[in-house]
Amino acid sequence: MFNVNFTGEFVAFFIFSVLIISGAVLMVSFTKVVHMVVSLAAVFIGIAGMFVLLQAEFLAFVQVLIYAGAVSILMIFGIMMTKHQDAEADRSRPLHETLTAIGALALFGILFYAIRQSEFPEPEQPLSQATDNTMEIGKLLFTNYVVPFELVSVLLTVAFIGAIVLAKKEAD
Amino acid sequence: MLSSYLTMAAILFCIGLYGALVKRNAVIILLSIELMLNAVNLNLVAFSKYGVVPSLTGQMFTLFSIAVAAAEAAVGIAVLIALFRARGTVNVDEYDEMRR
Repeated sequence: MFNVNFTGEFVAFFIFSVLIISGAVLMVSFTKVVHMVVSLAAVFIGIAGMFVLLQAEFLAFVQVLIYAGAVSILMIFGIMMTKHQDAEADRSRPLHETLTAIGALALFGILFYAIRQSEFPEPEQPLSQATDNTMEIGKLLFTNYVVPFELVSVLLTVAFIGAIVLAKKEAD
Repeated sequence: MLSSYLTMAAILFCIGLYGALVKRNAVIILLSIELMLNAVNLNLVAFSKYGVVPSLTGQMFTLFSIAVAAAEAAVGIAVLIALFRARGTVNVDEYDEMRR
């Protein structure tokens, strides 16, 4: 079924996927909120490792900085600012959880079937190893993608000002 | 190798979907949504290397989606803090004014 040869990439992929899946499953099954955030940070780091495997070194660094760094810390602050029951799961909803699990598994089944069925032709010319991907991304960002880049910067500014306004205490 | 990455992303997406639908704490729901966004990013980067025409376009898309996801997380947490101040709880099943 999986006729893969054991190259270095496959071994590294296997290690990272074990890290990612165990982190994600632990996130779903932990009861303490802070533990969930920490296991999710492990997932983000595993995904950064996969980006390195896929020759996206710049994206790997961005992933570590933004997700494993900023988003995790933001979520921990969100937990600190809100009163959380230390352990959730006070009243469980077994029917709801079972139905959701069945739905998620069915979605995974459909996706897996589609992935196994479809043919992925080999790349015509592989992504060149020699060139510096980070430099190429920088060039693209300021030539082809300059308008989306500026729009994203406007979006970020608006979002952060909006976040400050929303989270600010009312004046009364 | 491409199908392994796609399967990995599908697993991650389904776990994120399950977490987003089952959990009651709103912070954890936001985290699960981040998980699903990450699965999509993994797909984009995998296709940018192993697709029929490998190019950096997938990585550019991932950059933009990371930026949008960061904005979404910040606004989400801010809304959550404002909601918590108004209602005194972060459990999503207690935000039920609209159906009372």
